[in-house]
Order: sequence, then C-alpha cells, then structure tokens
Amino acid sequence: MAANPTSVAEVNAGLRDVGYLPGDSTALVSFLATKLGKPVLVEGPAGVGKTELAKALAKYLGRELVRLQCYEGLDEAKSLYEWNYRKQLLRIQAGAGGGVAGFEHGDPVDVSWDSVQNDIFGEEFLLTRPLLEAISSPEPVVLLIDEIDKTDQEFEAMLLELLSDFQISIPELGRIDARTHPIVLLTSNNSRELTEALKRRCLYLWLDYPESEHELQIVRMHEPDLSETVAAKLVEVVRMVRELDIKKPPSLAESIDWARALLLLGAQDIDETVFKETLSVIIKHRTDLDLVADRVGVKLTQQNAPA
Amino acid sequence: MADEDGQWRLTNPYGLGFAGLSGLPEEHLPTPPKRVASVQGSGFDSELLGFAEELREEGMSVGTSELLDAFHAIGFVNWSSMAEFREALATTIAKSPEDRRIFDIIFDRFFFRAAEAQAVRMEVNEPSNRIDGETADLDELRRQIADALQDGDDAEIRDLARLAIAAFSQQQTSGVLGVDVQRIRRSLGLRSEPQPDLPADDPRREGTPREQLRKFEQELRRELERAEIEKTSELPAKRPLTELDRSLPSGPVQDLAQVHRVVAQLKRRLATQGHELRGHRRHAQVDVRATMRASLQTGGVPVELKFRPQRPRRPEIFVLCDVSTSVTSASTFFLSVMHALHDAFRKMRSFVFIERISEVTDVLARERDFRAAAAAIATDAGVADVSGYTDYGRVWTEFLELIEDELHPRATVIVLGDARTNGRPPREDIFARVCERAGRTYWLNPEPQLYWNYGDSVISAYEQYATRAFECWRTDQLEEFVKALTQPGVSG
Repeated sequence: MAANPTSVAEVNAGLRDVGYLPGDSTALVSFLATKLGKPVLVEGPAGVGKTELAKALAKYLGRELVRLQCYEGLDEAKSLYEWNYRKQLLRIQAGAGGGVAGFEHGDPVDVSWDSVQNDIFGEEFLLTRPLLEAISSPEPVVLLIDEIDKTDQEFEAMLLELLSDFQISIPELGRIDARTHPIVLLTSNNSRELTEALKRRCLYLWLDYPESEHELQIVRMHEPDLSETVAAKLVEVVRMVRELDIKKPPSLAESIDWARALLLLGAQDIDETVFKETLSVIIKHRTDLDLVADRVGVKLTQQNAPA
Repeated sequence: MADEDGQWRLTNPYGLGFAGLSGLPEEHLPTPPKRVASVQGSGFDSELLGFAEELREEGMSVGTSELLDAFHAIGFVNWSSMAEFREALATTIAKSPEDRRIFDIIFDRFFFRAAEAQAVRMEVNEPSNRIDGETADLDELRRQIADALQDGDDAEIRDLARLAIAAFSQQQTSGVLGVDVQRIRRSLGLRSEPQPDLPADDPRREGTPREQLRKFEQELRRELERAEIEKTSELPAKRPLTELDRSLPSGPVQDLAQVHRVVAQLKRRLATQGHELRGHRRHAQVDVRATMRASLQTGGVPVELKFRPQRPRRPEIFVLCDVSTSVTSASTFFLSVMHALHDAFRKMRSFVFIERISEVTDVLARERDFRAAAAAIATDAGVADVSGYTDYGRVWTEFLELIEDELHPRATVIVLGDARTNGRPPREDIFARVCERAGRTYWLNPEPQLYWNYGDSVISAYEQYATRAFECWRTDQLEEFVKALTQPGVSG
C-alpha cells in the first residue's frame, strides 16, 4: 500500500495509475520530494492541477492528505494549534468547586490553583489544527498548504520553522518534534511574490497549461467516452481561447468540465452553434464571452465552410 | 567533468555532502569519463559551482543551501538523461518563472561550453559529413526535414539540424551565425505561415509550427557554433545576458503576445496587491461589538479579540498617456499597461495626449481586446488630427480645466511620457498645481535615465513636483512602480 518509489519512472507510472497524468518535471519533482524530504512549492495559473497533484500523490503513496486552505488573515490558531478555551474554563470552574470543598482543611485554594494551572496547559486542552496534525500523525501524511499566496507575510514566516525542521514551538508546552516526516506541497497562484526565505526551503515546480497533446491525454483519461475527434477539437479550441487576451483564461479543469458537458449533450462535433451554447462552461466573464464568441466562433465557421 | 586523478571514487567523491551517489543502483551511476590531461578546477562539484557562479553573475541569488539541495537532488536522478538532470537542478535552484528563464539560457550555454572546452582539450573532432549536392537528394532532404519538423521530438530536430548544415552550407559561411541560420532556413523553404502555392502533399504547405521552427533554428545555431569552435579550437568569449535576453523589450519589434502575458500577470498582482500589507495594521482597531458577541461563547470572558477588517486602499487614478511620435515604440507598451490598469481599478479615468488632451476612459472600458482598443484610440480619440508634436504646457492647462474639481488628496495621477516638449514652454507651474491637488503624482518615463534632461527633455522641471518619477520601459520596472502605487499609507 505505502509505496516507496525508487525512480522517476515509477512515480510517473504510479501517478498515472491513480488518474493523474504528470508532466516530466512534475514526476521528477514529486520523486525528489519523497527522497529529499523537502517541501515543494508549486506555482502556476489557476486550474492546472496543483491541488490535484497533492491529492494524487497522497493516493499513490497511500498516505492520508491533510489540507490547509489558506486565506487572508489565517493565523496560528487556525493553522497550528489552539487552546481549548471552553474546556479550560470548565476545568478551572471544576477546580474552583474542588477548592471550596477542600476549604475546610485550610489553605486549599493555592494547591488547587497550582494543579489547575499545570493542568490546563497540557496536551489534553490542545486542539490540533492541520499543521500540528500533519507532523504529529503516527503515519506519514501528505500535507497540502493550498494557496499560500493568499496569506499574510507573517504567516509565511511562521511556516519556516515547520518547513525546515518539522517542529513546532508552543510556548506553554515547549517544542513538539515531528513524529513522521510529511511530504509538504505548497501551492500558489503567483498573485504575490513569496518571500525568499520560504522559497529557499522549497523545491520549486512551475506548472503551466499542458501542451496540446498532453492536455488531450488528460481530457481523454477523464472522459474516455468522448470521441477522439471531438476531444482533439476541444483541446484545439481551448488553446485558441487561451491565446486571446481575456480576463480569465479557461483552465484545464474547465476543459474537462466542457468535455463532460459535450458528452452529456451528445455532441458529435464542435461547430459554431454547439460552441456558443456551451461557451459558458469555459468562459466565466461577461466581457470575455463576447470577445470569445466573436473571435473563435468565426474561426469555427471558417474551418467548417471549406470542409 | 573528469575527476582529478582520473577515476571515480564511489564513497563520496564530490566533497559537498553528496551522499546520494553511493546508494545508487548500478545503471544510474555516471560512466567514468576518459582521462584528460590538465583540467583546471576539476571534478564535478567544481563544475557545478562554476555553473552557480555564472547564474549569480546574471543576478540570480543562488544560496549555499540551494546548492546543497542541488547536490542532493542530482544524486537521485538518472544522469544519462539530460532532461532529468536539468530539471533536478532547476527545481532546487530556480525558484520563479523569471529565474527559470535565466537558468535555461545559462544551462544551455554553460554545459555546451563545458563540453566544447573538453572537446577542444581532447582534440576530438566530429567527422564532417558533407553531402555532395545532388539536386534530387536535396529536394528529398528538404521534404524530410519539413515532414519531421511537423511532429519531431527534440533529438530528431538536432539530427536534422546537422543534416541541414551538412547539405546546405557548402558555400562560404558569412561569419555571422544569425545570417547563416536564416540562409539555411530559407534554402529549406521553411516558413511558419502557410504556403498555398506548394503541392498538396508537401508538408510545408500548411506552414511549419512556429515553436518547432524556433527549436530548429536554435539547434542550427548551436551546431554552427560548434563547427566554428572545432575549426578554430577555441571558445568564443561569452557574452553576458542582455536585458533583451532576460526580459521584454519595449521596441517596436516586441512580441505583443509576450507583453500581454506579463501584463496579464500584472493584472493578477494588481488585483491582490496591498492585501498582504494589511497585516501590519491589523491590531489597529478592536471591533467591540464583534468581540462581545464572541465572548458569549466563553461565558462572557472576552478571550478572543475581534478586529475591524481593514479595506485595502483602492486609489482613484487618472492616467495621462503620451501617444506622440517620439514615444511611438513605448506607447504600445503604455497603452497595454493602461488597458491592464483599467481591469484592476474601477475608479479610473484615462486620457491620451499629443498636442491636446482627449479622454479615452469609455473606449478602454468598452473594448476588451487590446488591439481593438488601440485602433479605436488611434481613430476616434481626436488626437490624430494635430501636428504630432507634444505640447505639454497646453496639455496641463486642458487637463486641469477638465478635472480640477475632481482632484482630491486621495487621487493618484500617473503620467506616461518622455517630457520632451519640442521647445514649447513646459509650464511646470500648472503641473505643480495638479500635483498639489492630487494626493500622489507619478511620472513614468520610457527613456533610460541616462537621457533624461538631454535635448528638449525637461523631466527635472516636472520631477520636483511629482511624488516620484520612474524610468519605465521594461516590465520589471513596471512592477516596481505597481508596488509603489498600491502601497497603503504613502502620503502625498
């Protein structure tokens, strides 16, 4: 179950088996990640399969996937650990009750306070969040830190300790070392420059839109029932659309969605009408819709006319 | 890449913590190279260090820790595959798309030169396989090459390049690589655009894929270079990367698509820029209401403080763009920038000017496509009909008249122009009034700083009033500016 790959080709084949078609560098970097134990920073446009890679890798290696979705204002309490305030309050209140009961024996309040304050900062009152969970898991996991570029720079700084030494310092408890080394993937849409310090600790993988042939394979793998000609046409059209200057170019995920839509509609060919009807699957902006319908639609008619 | 004493010690021959090699399966071990006399700075590790040094010379920051990673990484990959070796190095050393571009250029150059240097030292010469020209053969070869270029892989293209050189460069070489490359390409009849006059079964009829053609030319160039080195037995001096190699030029020959790719990224950056700076002032204001609500969960004890969210500053922007002839090459660049800005900022008004000023906000808001927008500006904007010489004084006067009431301290004015007045009065006093009323004023000058204030350039007269003047004709300079623009808390 738990695979331990010994060559790049093995990783490549393994990822294919779980339904992810990696490019050459993707397979290589994944392989190095398992060998070097370094986190991988995956950058690229939205929807090229950055998150999917982490899922596939987890599946292939037979590890659990721990995911931390980043957003603006994400802080330690939500990513590392948090003290369970409610439980701590309960404990204090219960302790205070005990104190009253023991009051008759003279000066018992101090004793119970001592025990209480030692007690409430124990592991029992610690809520683990994804990062702590990932390194304290008895089985090695795959940790996905998604869209790291959405967080503040402070958060990045906080990650450094975890990424380089796989340990977390909790002031009240001391240092918690990793029981097992997770494979860490960080994804970024490149919406802001990440700090040098973070990059330095990571392997770097740039995922771009796949080449036509590769994209065709991916679409065919996800929608094997779609006829080959339609799939090829689809990939070609998507490529044309991406070359236009539009607000949100269609991603790989949207190509697959489109393939599914065409399959459900039972389309035999992508001509102008089919294209216009299903356009909204790949284009998500009003202004883009007009431009694409105009440019690509016309090309489709031209192509069909001489044939 | 030979070891000093000519043999490979398997324990740890690389000095730099290169632990991975000893555990490698047999087939991954590098083949021992032949012994070579007098190699300076021998050993693989020093080669790699030399490579890192070249990268540093080109401005990439390659840290020691990254090098260590690289050494670790290549211990795990198959050395006989160039692609794997390259990727392993790239993933540990090049940490951004821009770095990757430099990395690829330097990688090709460095290892090409290293191999050639070795060949020169060892006096290895490849047998020259000139093909004696029989016309029938050449035609067949032309066809083969064109055929294979349609869908050949990299190795095939390299072989083809050598064949092509052997067949078509019997004539005296011109001494300039670029010229030779183009001559060979022409004699092969390869073009990226379709050639309908060719017979139907000719693979060249539909045009050769541009990407393949580019690869082919690159291989041609390399093979020619190699032949040259072989002939003279010495390496030509290496040339540092120019700005042209590493980034986008703003010249008229620029690849518009490439500008757009960068501007597209700029759009994304603009859309999110400023957000990450919010953290600095996160503790500014406690939201009492929200804190009280949250405290109900913990029995009235306000354990968790809630803060008022901080909205990033969305500046109101006025952009003025010079579209006169003196900045023709830059104005395409600037117009595309303006176009991009329009997507990112809702409160924005755009103007173009030559002798007079004309508002193009509507045009840019309406036209999604950049080319259409540029065409519309050229025809409808009402600036095309004047003399074509910039009159800054008049522009300021008109600009102030148009928007005087709308300028306020939160507004940002951006001027894109070269500040060449053609001898007309610069009227910096009026520009000063604009600056005074607007919160911030930026000047982007498409000329290198060296030329500022030479000839009729009066940038210094304006610079003293503007918040800042930027030299801006490359995309990285533009990014610099964008950072300044979206920075919150910069008072004007």
